[in-house]
Amino acid sequence: MVEKPVKKEKISRQPMPEQKPEVRKRNFEEVPFGLSPEAAIKEAERCLQCKNPSCVDGCPVSVDIPGFVGLVKEGKFTEAISLIWEKNGLPAVCGRVCPQEIQCEGKCIVGKKDEPVAIGNLERFVADYERRNRKAPMPTKAAPTGKKVAVVGSGPSGLTVAGDMILKGHDVTLFEAFHKPGGVLVYGIPEFRLPKEIVFSEVEGLEKLGVKLECNAVIGRIVSLDELFAQGYDAIFLGVGAGLPTFLNVPGENMIGIMSANEYLTRSNLMKAYKFPEYDTPIILGKNVITLGAGNVAMDSARTALRLGADSSKIVYRRSRAEVPARGAEVHHAEQEGVEFHFLTAPVKFIGNAEGRVVAMEGLKMELGEPDASGRRRPVPIPGSEFTMETDLVIIAVGTGANPLLTQSTEGLKLNKWGYIIADEKDGKTSKKGVWAGGDIVTGAATVILAMGAGRSAANSMHEYLTRGW
Amino acid sequence: MFKIVAREEMARGTIVLNEIEAPLIAKKAKPGQFVILKANETGERIPLTMADTDPEKGTITIIYMIVGKSTALFKTLKVGDSYLDVIGPLGKATHLEKLGDVVCVGGGTGVAVMHPITKGLKAAGNHVICIIGAKTKELIILEDRMKAASHELRVCTDDGSYGFPGFVTVQLEDVLQKNKNIKLCVAIGPVPMMKFLSQLTKKYNVPTIVSLNPIMVDGTGMCGGCRVSVGGKTKFACVDGPEFDGHQVDYDELMKRLASYREDEKRCMDEFCKLHDAK
Ligand SMILES: Cc1cc2nc3c(=O)[nH]c(=O)nc-3n(C[C@H](O)[C@H](O)[C@H](O)COP(=O)(O)OP(=O)(O)OC[C@H]3O[C@@H](n4cnc5c(N)ncnc54)[C@H](O)[C@@H]3O)c2cc1C
Ligand code: SF4
Ligand code: FES
Repeated sequence: MVEKPVKKEKISRQPMPEQKPEVRKRNFEEVPFGLSPEAAIKEAERCLQCKNPSCVDGCPVSVDIPGFVGLVKEGKFTEAISLIWEKNGLPAVCGRVCPQEIQCEGKCIVGKKDEPVAIGNLERFVADYERRNRKAPMPTKAAPTGKKVAVVGSGPSGLTVAGDMILKGHDVTLFEAFHKPGGVLVYGIPEFRLPKEIVFSEVEGLEKLGVKLECNAVIGRIVSLDELFAQGYDAIFLGVGAGLPTFLNVPGENMIGIMSANEYLTRSNLMKAYKFPEYDTPIILGKNVITLGAGNVAMDSARTALRLGADSSKIVYRRSRAEVPARGAEVHHAEQEGVEFHFLTAPVKFIGNAEGRVVAMEGLKMELGEPDASGRRRPVPIPGSEFTMETDLVIIAVGTGANPLLTQSTEGLKLNKWGYIIADEKDGKTSKKGVWAGGDIVTGAATVILAMGAGRSAANSMHEYLTRGW
Repeated sequence: MFKIVAREEMARGTIVLNEIEAPLIAKKAKPGQFVILKANETGERIPLTMADTDPEKGTITIIYMIVGKSTALFKTLKVGDSYLDVIGPLGKATHLEKLGDVVCVGGGTGVAVMHPITKGLKAAGNHVICIIGAKTKELIILEDRMKAASHELRVCTDDGSYGFPGFVTVQLEDVLQKNKNIKLCVAIGPVPMMKFLSQLTKKYNVPTIVSLNPIMVDGTGMCGGCRVSVGGKTKFACVDGPEFDGHQVDYDELMKRLASYREDEKRCMDEFCKLHDAK
């Protein structure tokens, strides 16, 4: 008998176990359950341990991906989390919300012929493992420097700066305008995608390290930046996000039943309106819901509407499927849950009843024309294609801008023409001495990981300033 | 936590005053600005314009009418109890300058909002005529404080049980007819009242400021729930206001938007009353 050479069995990407679409579309529990340790190890075995790993190039904070995946393969989950923490302080969050398909996983070699290594799912696995078991040694704090740092805004950029600066030995206070910390992670991204308990446990971790948290503090109103300096703060980081909702300026937009995604999601997530009347904040329970826009914010809104009892939840988007900016997983999950997609469609006006409640939207079909400034083909209206769609709730998720509340009340802070803070790309320094900025308030609405990356660079620069000078 | 240091019930218990410890806000707040309060973990964020501040003592005063579950919940808080969250000062402050003769008209709890503005206008050197009104005698609030804050006070009751009989509009028209030198009218109260007062002052060409109270969530310009149409443009009352040119405001739209959650509010209130009565 001729012995056949044993070919190494090809392992396929380990599927993420998750709630069935019919069930989950009516509850707020998290959709995926997470990988089992066995599945995680099996998935980690798919990694080729590349010498020049392209996945790391795709990671905005350069996590040692083959390093931690290799540790997972050996079952060393605790060592794996310690290695991730060196570059990324919020892996449980990033594993859930990063657009891996255009970052690490999009660059993974295995993905050339097969599905890429499930780096996001593995990152989430080790972070959840650590949160349940608490075995990894806490990072050590440097000796106190006696310098005081103020961090304004507790979104991912602010949390990163607070964490880095406390470890470097500075005295850190984190100011947040809302009554709860976390920024978009808490008021925007829904529970079914990112359980709030995860964010609060990260913030608690920072508090244990000594970060002082001041909620209900609208900086610019209750205290100005110059007053913070006068109170003895030596450096300030601004991570206030891009929270100003954009409206469409379409007739009828101020009717009841038309609101920004920020309002809809804040009511549902931060104020827990999905538990009304146990929680006091109400929310409009639409039966025929239209969400305008197709980013992550729009997907979150359309899926929240289903969970709040909508019979139909539609995404209406001006451009085509190819331009949809949301994470692949979100679009996929939304489709599975029955969200309808209407591409190349734009609103023209809203129609209301005598009480001023919206009852229908008049729309227009579009076709793709010449490329615009963003390089994407510009949608142009098709004449005579008007139609009406019944609706009782319209959620506007077409983007956000810079909130001028703090920036305009601060002297010496240079802004660009859209009102975003001008900060050095490398280190986050602004035009005002002792003030750094990063995250969405510098780049415009972007991603969690980019905000964290900006926080990390700013923290390094702030530390240098506090120990050596501007 | 923000402790209540003084509390007073007015207008047969339909209106409540709380003086609250909030030293940082008290130091910064200016007339016309508001705070957002949340009583407890499950509570709603409720915006209320401050009726007074005491920077030395570190307190702010709010006066609210019981209109739904959240204000009913506020009413259960006693001296020594605390609000879980108080956020502020929010909104733009009233532009206070010396103009000459000015008239301030307040209805319902609008009188409370009017109080610091009246004080401020007087302090800026204006001659301040003040008109306050309510349905009936027992519902008139802050009469003494308003008397002290103005040069001339007229009190009106709809049923004629006290002061001048009839609506505040009647007294305002009387003032406008007698005094052709009124430089500014500040009108604060229920939306229909502000609407009619503004129509009246428009007839007399008197610039008018109103303070609006739309539904809010964050109070910092992040949600747009507070949007109002002013001169055909959409404004966010929490950051662009709460004060606007009374002649430009679309009051009908505001009234409709204020009714957005009426059914839910009723349901919430009914359940709260059931629970509360059972206790
Ligand atoms: C619904 C939704 C879904 C999203 N989904 C994803 C996703 O799946 N993946 C992804 O990578 N990104 C996603 N994003 C984008 C991502 O959340 C943001 O890019 C990121 O949170 C920006 O972080 P940041 O630190 O700049 O600010 P933010 O998270 O916006 O936080 C800013 C904080 O500052 C506070 N603040 C503002 N002004 C003041 C002031 N004057 N004083 C004190 N505090 C102030 C705000 O209240 C807020 O808490 C999503 C965004 C939204 C809205
Ligand atoms: S590119 Fe893919 S296979 Fe290579 S190290 Fe990264 S995850 Fe592993
Ligand atoms: S209350 Fe949210 S923008 Fe004004």
